[in-house]
Amino acid sequence: MTIQSRRQFLATGAGLVIGLALPIKGRAQSGAAAVLSKDGSAAGTFAPNAFVRVAPDNTVTVMIKHIEFGQGPFTGLATLVAEEMDASWAQMRAESAPANDELYKNLFFGLQATGGSTAMANSYIQMRQAGAAARAMMVAAAAEAWDVPATEISVADGVVTHAQSGQSASFGDLAEAAARQTVPVEPALKNPSEFKLIGTDRPKLDTAAKSDGTAIFTMDVHREGMQTVVVKHPDVVGAAVASFDASAALEVKGVVAVRQIPQGVAVYATSTGAALKGRSLLTVSWDTSMAETRSSDQIYEDFSQAATREGGVVVEETGDSGAAIDAAEIVHEAEFRFPYLAHAPMEPLDAVLELKDGKAEMWMGAQFPGVDKGAVARVLGLDGADVALNVMLAGGSFGRRAQTTAQIGSEIAEIAKAAGSDGAWKLVWTREDDLTGGYYRPLTVHRMRAGLDADGNIVGWENTVANQSIMLDTFFDDGKSEGTDPTSYEGSTKMPYDLPALRVNWVRMESPLSVLWWRSVGHTHTAYATEVFLDELLEKAGKDPVQGRLDLLKSEAGRDRAVLEKVAEIAGWDGERVKGDRAYGLALHESFSTYVAQIVEVSDAGGYPRVHKVWVAVDCGVAVNPNVIRAQVEGAVGYGLGTALFNELTLLEGGVVAQKNFDTYRMLRIHEMPEIEVAIINSVADPTGIGEPGTPPIAPAVANAWRALTGQAVRRLPFKSAGA
Amino acid sequence: MTNFTINGRDVTVDVEADTPLLWVVRDELRLTGSKFGCGVAQCGACTMMVDGMPRRTCITPVGSVDGASIETIEGLEGREAEAVAAAWQGLDVPQCGWCQSGQIISATALLREVPKPTDDDIDAAMAGNVCRCATYVRIRQAIHDAADSMEG
Amino acid sequence: MKRLILALGLTLAGAASAETVNGLKTADEFAGVQNDEERSVAVFQEMMKVIESPRCLNCHPRGDTPLQGDDMHPHMPPVQRGVADFGAPGMYCTTCHGSENVAYSTGDGSIPGHVPWQLAPVEMAWVGKSAPEICAQLKDPARNGGRDLAEIHEHMAEDGLVGWGWTPGEGRTPAPGTQAILGELVQAWIDTGAMCPES
Repeated sequence: MTIQSRRQFLATGAGLVIGLALPIKGRAQSGAAAVLSKDGSAAGTFAPNAFVRVAPDNTVTVMIKHIEFGQGPFTGLATLVAEEMDASWAQMRAESAPANDELYKNLFFGLQATGGSTAMANSYIQMRQAGAAARAMMVAAAAEAWDVPATEISVADGVVTHAQSGQSASFGDLAEAAARQTVPVEPALKNPSEFKLIGTDRPKLDTAAKSDGTAIFTMDVHREGMQTVVVKHPDVVGAAVASFDASAALEVKGVVAVRQIPQGVAVYATSTGAALKGRSLLTVSWDTSMAETRSSDQIYEDFSQAATREGGVVVEETGDSGAAIDAAEIVHEAEFRFPYLAHAPMEPLDAVLELKDGKAEMWMGAQFPGVDKGAVARVLGLDGADVALNVMLAGGSFGRRAQTTAQIGSEIAEIAKAAGSDGAWKLVWTREDDLTGGYYRPLTVHRMRAGLDADGNIVGWENTVANQSIMLDTFFDDGKSEGTDPTSYEGSTKMPYDLPALRVNWVRMESPLSVLWWRSVGHTHTAYATEVFLDELLEKAGKDPVQGRLDLLKSEAGRDRAVLEKVAEIAGWDGERVKGDRAYGLALHESFSTYVAQIVEVSDAGGYPRVHKVWVAVDCGVAVNPNVIRAQVEGAVGYGLGTALFNELTLLEGGVVAQKNFDTYRMLRIHEMPEIEVAIINSVADPTGIGEPGTPPIAPAVANAWRALTGQAVRRLPFKSAGA
Repeated sequence: MTNFTINGRDVTVDVEADTPLLWVVRDELRLTGSKFGCGVAQCGACTMMVDGMPRRTCITPVGSVDGASIETIEGLEGREAEAVAAAWQGLDVPQCGWCQSGQIISATALLREVPKPTDDDIDAAMAGNVCRCATYVRIRQAIHDAADSMEG
Repeated sequence: MKRLILALGLTLAGAASAETVNGLKTADEFAGVQNDEERSVAVFQEMMKVIESPRCLNCHPRGDTPLQGDDMHPHMPPVQRGVADFGAPGMYCTTCHGSENVAYSTGDGSIPGHVPWQLAPVEMAWVGKSAPEICAQLKDPARNGGRDLAEIHEHMAEDGLVGWGWTPGEGRTPAPGTQAILGELVQAWIDTGAMCPES
C-alpha cells in the first residue's frame, strides 16, 4: 500500500473543502518534522486527510498547520485529533505542516497564518473533524475485516474493539485497511461531555526534544556546501547603503564574498564565526534620506500634538461626551506614552535557502509561510510551485515572524540572487540586527479625558489614540477599512463598561519606521491606558477597584464579570489596596475573545516596583489543555511585566536606535519573576486564544498597585523611564 | 589547530583561535543544541560546561579552550543532569525551547555544587539565563523538584 | 587603526616624565610641595583619581553586586559576590570572564578578562566613600587584606588585575595615567608618611 497523492475530499465545519494532497514525503519529514517523528516511512501509512497520518508502528502523527514557537499548537491541535480518534496520548506525534496556503490555511484569515491567538480557535472543529474522520475509517476497516456491524465497534485508548466477538486491533494494525475506506464527509463529533483528553492536563509533545538539544530550529539546519551570511544593516531603521569598503572583510579566513543587497551589505562565509568577523571589519556609509531621523522625544511631541479630541477619525461614539464632561463635577485628564518595542525572540531571525536547478527549498520559522515563499519566488523569478518552505520550530516570535512584507524571505532571496548561482545559504541575524531592525510595536500616545458627577459616576469618557497603522496598506487591508485600523486602537473601543457618553478617536501617524503586531497588538497599550485611567477615576470617586468595576460592567459582560469575581476570590481581595509595604492593583481586559483579570502584589524595590505575586483568572472557553493555558499565562505575564518595567527602543537624534543588545534592552530575569496563580473558568464555549491575552492586564495592574503604594501615576512606559 | 574533548570525544579543529567556541561547536562539530541569543554573554543560551564549569561560549575564543573538556547539552551526563532532565519533562518547562539548553546546563552546574538549593541560590545561578517566554516559574520549580528527587 | 591607537597609547603611557599622562600627574609633579605632610596628602588626592576610576570602583563595590561600565550601573547580568568574591555556584565570574579581554563578534564593545577576575572583598569597598575614608581603609590591615604599606604598593604598582584597569578593552575608559605612574605615586605617598586628607 502506498500513499496516493490525491484522495477524496473532506469537508470541515467551516464549510471549507480541503484537497487531500499529502505533503510530499521528504518535505514533510525534513526539519522539525524529522526530529519529532521517528518514523518517516510512508509504506503502510494511513493518511485520511492532510492532517492525520497513522503509521504501521501505531503512531498517529498530526500535521500542525500553525508554527510552534512555544504557544503549544503541536500539543493542542494533536489533542483535538486524539480526542475524536479516541487515540492514546502516548501514540500521538506532531509535525509542522509545510507551507501550503490552500491545505493549511487559517480558516479565519484565508491563508496559512499563525497570529491573533487563533490557532486553537480556528482549528477546533477542523482538527476534531480530521480525527473523527480517521476514527470512522478505522472502525469501518475493522468492521470489514471482522465482518461485524460498525455500530458494535468501540474505540478507546487507540484500541479498536468488537466486544461481542472479543476481537481488537490497534490503529497501526488497521492503518492499511483503513486507507481503503471512504472518507466520511460529515463525521459526527463528540459532545463536550464525552471529552476524555480535552480539558485535562497533558504533557507537551515537544518538551523532550526541547530539553535534550535535539529539536531542530532554522539556525540548526545544515545543507551541503552551505554558506552562512550575515548582513550589515543600518542602525538607523530604513537607511540604505551609500557606499562600503569590504577590503578588510575579504581578508578574513572563511569569508567568501561581500555583496551589496537592498537590505545592506551581505558577508558570505564558510562559517558563522568568519561571517561575523568579516562583518565587523566592513566600513559602510549610509544614506538616511528615506529613514526616520526624528528622535523618540520628537516623535512623542509630534504624536502628542496630533492627539487632540478632534483629531483623526471617530472610531466609537455614544452620546455627547464633550457636553457631559464639560458639565461634570470633576474633569480628569491624562496623556499616556508608550515606546517603540522590539519583540526580541530568543532565536534571532534567520532562514535557510537552497537553490538548485531552478527550484528553491527554504527552512524558516514563518508565521505567514506563503508570504515569505512568495517573496522568494518573486525575487528569484521562480514559479511559486518551484519554491518549497519547511516551517521550522522557532525560538519565540511574539509576532515578529508574522511578516506582511516578507522581510526575511526577501532578504534571503536577495542573498541568493546576489550570489548569482545555485547554492545554499543560511541567513543569521544577530541581536543587534534584531533590535535595530524595525517592525516595532508602534510608539503610541493616548490622550484621555473623563468627567465624574457629584456621586462619582463617570458621565463621559474620551480617548484619542495616535500611532502608526500596522495593517493599512498591507495585504490584510481589504479596502473595506475606511481608513481605520482596529489593531491600532483595539481595546480602547468595545469596552465592557457601561459609560453613558463615550468617544474614541484614532489619529493615524506616519513614519518611515516600520511597525508590527507585538504580543497582543493594540491591547499592549490600550489595556494600560484604559485600565489605569479608569482606576484613577474610581480612586477619585472613592470607589473600590473591584466593586467599582463590577458596578460599571454592562449586563451582557458576564464573562468579564466572572473573571473579575474569580480573581478577587483567589487573591482574597478585601478592598485594602495597601498592607504594610505591599500594595495591590487590578486590571481587567478582554483580548482575542479571551477574558483575563489580574491582581498583583507589589512593593517598592528602591524606586521601581517589585512584583511578588500575580493572581490571574482567565476564560478562554473550553480549556483544551489547562497545562498549556497556565504556561501561556505565566509566560505572557512575565513578557508583559519585563517590558513594562524595563523596555523601550529609543531613537536618538538622527534616528539611531540606542538599544542594541540585552545589556541595554534588558529582559526580565528569574529573580524578577513573580509567583503566579492561575484560575481557569470552566466553560464549554468554543476555545479562544491564550498566547496573547495574558499580557495586556499585567502592566496596568502593576501601575495601579504602584500608584496605591507611592501615589505616583505612571503615565509613560517603561516604569524605568517614567522615573519609577 | 585547537584540541579539546567534547562530550568525551577528542576533536581537533582548524579554525582561527579567536572564533567563538559556540560557532565552532555548532558549525564545525554540528552539535546545534547550544544556541545563539545575544553574542555578548547576556542571555546564557550558549552555555556549555568547560572543565566542569558553566561557560558562555559566545564570548569564549576557541583558542582558550585548548586541552579543555567540554560538555554540551547533547552529552550532559550524571545524576544531576538526569534529575534535571526528568524534572524539566515532568513540568513541561520549555515553551519555544531556544534558551533551554543553557538553562539546563546552568541548573545542572548549580545542583552539582549545591544539591539542595534555596530560591536565592537559584536566583544567583540562573539570573544569567534569559528566557523570553518567561518560563521562570517552572524553571525554579523544576530545579527544586530535581533536588528533591536526588534526596529520595 | 585600533592597533595604531593602542601603540600611541603605549607610547604616551611610557612617557613617565611628562607632567600629566592621561589625566594623572606624575610623582615628580609634587616635588615642589615642600612640606612632606602636605605633599603626602596631595599625592594621595592624585592617587584618588585612579581609585575613583570606574575601572577600580566597579569591582570594589559596596554590597554583593559589582558595577559595570563607565556609568557604573549595576552589573548585568545580576551576579552575586558569593562566598569567595568570585560569584555563586552556577554563575561564577569565570562563567563569562576569561583570561583576556574579548571583543564582541556581533557588535561594538568587549567583555573584559584577566586571571584572576574577582571582586575585592567587601571590607575593601570603595564605592560611595570619601578620600579620607578610603585612605584610612587602605592603611588598615583589617580592611586591606592584611597588607602593610609595601604590600599596598605592590598591589597598586604590580598586580595584574589592577593593571587591567589601563587596558580595559573596547568600550571602557582606561584608568587615568599608567600603572607605573600610580606605583610611583603610591611610593611617594608612603615615603612622605602615607598621610590622609582631612576632606
